[in-house]
Amino acid sequence: MTEPILELRGINKSFGPVHVLHDVDLVVRPGEVTALVGDNGAGKSTVVKCIAGIHGIDSGEVLFNGEPVHINGPSEAAALGIEVVYQDLALCDNLDIVQNMFLGRERGNYGLLDESDMEQAARETLASLSVRTVKSVRTLVASLSGGQRQTVAIAKAVLWNSKVVLLDEPTAALGVAQTRQVLDLVRRLADQGLGVVLISHNMNDVFEVADTISTLYLGRMVAQLPTKDLTNTQVVELITAGRSGDIGLAKPEVATV
Amino acid sequence: MTDTPAAAPPSDPKPSSDTPAEAVKTADKQDAAIADFGIDTTSRSTGQALRDYVDRVRGGELGSLPALAGLIVLVIVFAVASDTFLTMNNLSNLLAQAAGITIIAMGLVFVLLLGEIDLSAGTASGVAASVMALHLVKAGNLQGGMGDTVYYAFIVGGVLAIGVAVWQRIWLGAALSAVAVLLLLSGVPANPWVEMLLAICVGSVIGCLTGVLISKVGIPSFVVTLALFLAWGGVILKLIGDGGTLSISNDPVLFGVANNNLNILGSWILFLIFAGGYAAVVLSRHAGRVRRGLVAQPTVLIMAKVGAVVVLGAAATYLLTLNRSPNPDRITIEGVPYVVPIVLVLLVIGTFVLDRTKYGRHIYAVGGSAEAARRAGINVPKIRMSVFVIASTVSAVGAIVYSSKVGSVDPNAGGGNTLLFAVGAAVIGGTSLFGGKGRLSNAIIGGFVITIVSNGLGLIGAPAAVVSIVTGAVLLLAASVDALSRRRAKATGH
Repeated sequence: MTEPILELRGINKSFGPVHVLHDVDLVVRPGEVTALVGDNGAGKSTVVKCIAGIHGIDSGEVLFNGEPVHINGPSEAAALGIEVVYQDLALCDNLDIVQNMFLGRERGNYGLLDESDMEQAARETLASLSVRTVKSVRTLVASLSGGQRQTVAIAKAVLWNSKVVLLDEPTAALGVAQTRQVLDLVRRLADQGLGVVLISHNMNDVFEVADTISTLYLGRMVAQLPTKDLTNTQVVELITAGRSGDIGLAKPEVATV
Repeated sequence: MTDTPAAAPPSDPKPSSDTPAEAVKTADKQDAAIADFGIDTTSRSTGQALRDYVDRVRGGELGSLPALAGLIVLVIVFAVASDTFLTMNNLSNLLAQAAGITIIAMGLVFVLLLGEIDLSAGTASGVAASVMALHLVKAGNLQGGMGDTVYYAFIVGGVLAIGVAVWQRIWLGAALSAVAVLLLLSGVPANPWVEMLLAICVGSVIGCLTGVLISKVGIPSFVVTLALFLAWGGVILKLIGDGGTLSISNDPVLFGVANNNLNILGSWILFLIFAGGYAAVVLSRHAGRVRRGLVAQPTVLIMAKVGAVVVLGAAATYLLTLNRSPNPDRITIEGVPYVVPIVLVLLVIGTFVLDRTKYGRHIYAVGGSAEAARRAGINVPKIRMSVFVIASTVSAVGAIVYSSKVGSVDPNAGGGNTLLFAVGAAVIGGTSLFGGKGRLSNAIIGGFVITIVSNGLGLIGAPAAVVSIVTGAVLLLAASVDALSRRRAKATGH
């Protein structure tokens, strides 16, 4: 098994009196899709925001490439090679695909723009992800469909030679064909050797692309197991009750504390 | 658009076991994808490009098309209604009339691109004009001319502007504000060039103060600039005095800005520089894009565009170099008015900043989605403040031009309709009030529309009431076109 690229150990996080994350462990390996599942309020988004540096952690350890790191803000996360694709995508409708992919990190000297360089790089990135649904890289984002926007947002994250990409509900608002495209893209990210964290409510999606499924239940990581060792029913039980047969929380009493 | 990639069946859910085979497959897919892109994006035929353009227009991306159509209609109407409208004398006069408003509108485009508004740009330009005229009339003794209180208030304002500009690292604003303070303190004797520089720097001081109130204090731009609109009006009155007028018509340089012309040779050199420069830039960029296999317009269209600009420019230059005096035997009036190069230089610099620099890209990004820009690491407050510095500084240039046209500065300078006409010009030209959409050339087209309305109606002897009503109707029409095309753009997904 490959060494984890990103590892959380015993993360605790409280918002005032509310203890949101209890000793959460998470392992993300390069070349694998790690699905992060859990019911609403289980703490999925909080885990992502802790990794992205938006929230500080109260206690615990974050290891990146085996080295302990302290991520104090989104820019530090980006510098490490951690990119987050948020649910609301954060794209500018009035700019085209190239302009959006390089937003805030434009190439060029003396404050000028090197359009040719950016356009070529954007096209190479999209091509390496086998994106073939976009007619032109100079299309305005406003005229793209939901799946295409998702594609651009993911490609934007990949462009920066990132090592870990966190995707927050990438298929939530998409139709069947578009979901298909995005899942293919997620798989290809992992095939290129990136560590991918996929947050999703959709069990079909999770079982289709994930190598490992991590289940959060009321702020606790109850199981992180290879997808092939789990069934759909087991995961649903883990999400709703925190345990399923022998896996998950040890005793039913613990879950009710 | 939503076709499922046929050649790419979903990868094996557990691929980590058979990596070599998978890698080969991925490589194949990559080649195919690159080929797809090469064909789809770069080589559009002329017909295809025209069809795409028609689709975009029908989808609601009108740009300055309605304004151009309006411009043509207005020209035809007034040419029929008035004998004098199409004379070269009137048309060159029109250029000078339009220049002041157009320049202010060009500055406002930056503010409008963020979806903000600067209601104070008019009276702010009036303050700049008053300081300029006062410096000339009082032979450089601003302390005596302003009175101690106002003089020290100006210096404090200038120092404050330097401070906030340095704090937000807007270096151009800080530098211009520093020059303003130095000129105020130094008491250099009257010199038209110093006065124009002073006016521009005073505009910059005002912009820094406006900008910091909006971006850092967080007051909505509408409220800040409404308050400042009133306040600057008072400052102008204080500087000039009730019922007073500061004449600048006896200074040949200041008066010449909007009333004199380049000589014949200068006019043709101007044409060569701008038309030749435009052709060189557009053609070399196009050649570069084609060579590197990037998205490019069809060569025929590029050539047609360049050809049209060169031919129209040559025709306009030729007509303006003819003697257009109403009494050609006694006086000779010929050559391109100075306002033309002034507006063109501002257009070139501004368009370069918006299209070719990271700063310009960030302005469009903040206007499109401030949240997306913030997450991309763009300093949104800095961008927001800087556009107000630009708007006020550029409006001071406009003030120089319109004061020069009239030959004097009175307490109404920059008041009245000035600002509203300038906003109107930008909006009529196709700049969106909702932000994120607009170009500097919009302001020029819109400025012509507004000026032609008042000029043409004046020629056929329409009363002021009619001029105001018609101008209002034109503006309303333009705003409706903007709103409707937005709605259509949303509906069609453009």
